[in-house]
Amino acid sequence: MTEGTGTPVVSLRHVAKAYPSAAGVRVALRDVTFDVARGEFACVVGPSGAGKTTLLRCLAGLMPPTSGEALFEGAPLRSVPDGIGVVFQDYGRSLFPWLTVTRNVDLPLRVRGMRRDERAPRVAEVLASVGLADAGRQYPWQLSGGMQQRVAIARALAYRPDLLLMDEPFASVDAQTRFELEDLILRVREEFGVTVVFVTHDIDEAIYLADRVVVLSRSPGVVAEIVDVTLPRPRDQIATKADEAFARYREHILGLVMSRG
Amino acid sequence: MPTYLRPYLRTTGRALTRVWLFVVMFVVWWTWSAGSKSLYFPPLSSILKALWDQWVTGPARAELASSLEHLLAGYAIAAVAGIGFGAALWSLRYAREATAPYLYFLYVLPAPVLVPAAMTLFGIGFTMKVVLIAFAAVWPTLLNTLDGMRGVDSVKLDTSKVLGLSRARNVFQVVLPAAAPQIVAGLRNSLQVAIILMVVSEWEASSDGIGYYLVNAQQSFDYVGMWSGIIVLAIIGIVANLLFVVAENRALHWHYGARAVEGVSR
Repeated sequence: MTEGTGTPVVSLRHVAKAYPSAAGVRVALRDVTFDVARGEFACVVGPSGAGKTTLLRCLAGLMPPTSGEALFEGAPLRSVPDGIGVVFQDYGRSLFPWLTVTRNVDLPLRVRGMRRDERAPRVAEVLASVGLADAGRQYPWQLSGGMQQRVAIARALAYRPDLLLMDEPFASVDAQTRFELEDLILRVREEFGVTVVFVTHDIDEAIYLADRVVVLSRSPGVVAEIVDVTLPRPRDQIATKADEAFARYREHILGLVMSRG
Repeated sequence: MPTYLRPYLRTTGRALTRVWLFVVMFVVWWTWSAGSKSLYFPPLSSILKALWDQWVTGPARAELASSLEHLLAGYAIAAVAGIGFGAALWSLRYAREATAPYLYFLYVLPAPVLVPAAMTLFGIGFTMKVVLIAFAAVWPTLLNTLDGMRGVDSVKLDTSKVLGLSRARNVFQVVLPAAAPQIVAGLRNSLQVAIILMVVSEWEASSDGIGYYLVNAQQSFDYVGMWSGIIVLAIIGIVANLLFVVAENRALHWHYGARAVEGVSR
């Protein structure tokens, strides 16, 4: 899966981020360097306070790093480029409750000046991909939490981004739904051929999804290790997680996350 | 009781809850005043007769029409200017900080005291009344618009950036809709203020409108006419509010729908 050819989609070079705070300066990221190749599924895990969300905001171009460089397809990120889709943790806050599901998904396409007759089939297509073919006329708040997050995923994929960033997207749904959504994101990732950077605090989730896991150490964030996950694909919630190799990855990464190095 | 009847009974019950006190008060007023010979406390029956003769079929229709014209024009200007200037101040940080103290000063100034000033500037005609209504009614909408826009969830703003919305689209398609519940609350306050100023602006040195009619009736000891004018004002208030609620429920159906799902009662 890791082709490693050409320019990396994302590249972080000694990225640091500090915020002013009451107690002087709070360092969220000290020194983060890694690349994500085209087509790769990278997960970022770390204990809370490790700067995961800060990292994702730098990757999205929502926030400039204090020092170092964040590059998207070779160019420094100054604002959010057209080729990046983001799924936030809190779907209730990121979806627009005054728009129907269809119009939520349609909005980025309208922004990009797509013609109406191209937009409608595209919206129908992404909604079908996330299993919401019939929900288009409803409002997001009429749907369950898991379905709302599917809408957010569909909206992020509608304009066919090269990179999909996900910030703990399944942290606020129940375990059952979470497994379904994990499999859904693996499937749509194949279908759309999109590169994914997925931030989570859940180590099992990271191993299950990823080609590579970027492990952040305890605050302030530095990369403890980048772990290649060579578990076979397609992955399966029961078989993959029962694999001995899965348990070894978990032990190793948990050790990294817990250590106070 | 068949279950399918329950919703109807509940609706009927709610309607009764709201109506019974009105009915009781009407009956009490009617019977209590029925034989009254007092000039100051005329029978309700003659007030209602005057209401019909004067306001529905008679000459006071012209006063009603001109009052409504003032109200509509003034309120429309207040609504558009309130949202427009509110949005402008939201996007221009410097203008916001420079004008903040004066905005507050104008907001707390009781608008009726401006009647004499408005008269000297604009005379006593249509313009004066519309300007006064618009000036007094603009503040609730303006300040609520500014406040609502500043309070928009940061995740919504991030989402807007991520989806690639331009500055203008961000304002019109994300920030204004997100602030709409608070803007509408401001518009509702503005409506109350506009109705008050509609009457007050017609009290002095005016030659038309309900306010003019009221003062005129009172000064010529026509207390039946005066009471009928007060009832007309109450009806205008009720109807304006009803229309407002209907429009609000249409425009903000998503807001109330979402809140109902979250379990917040209205």
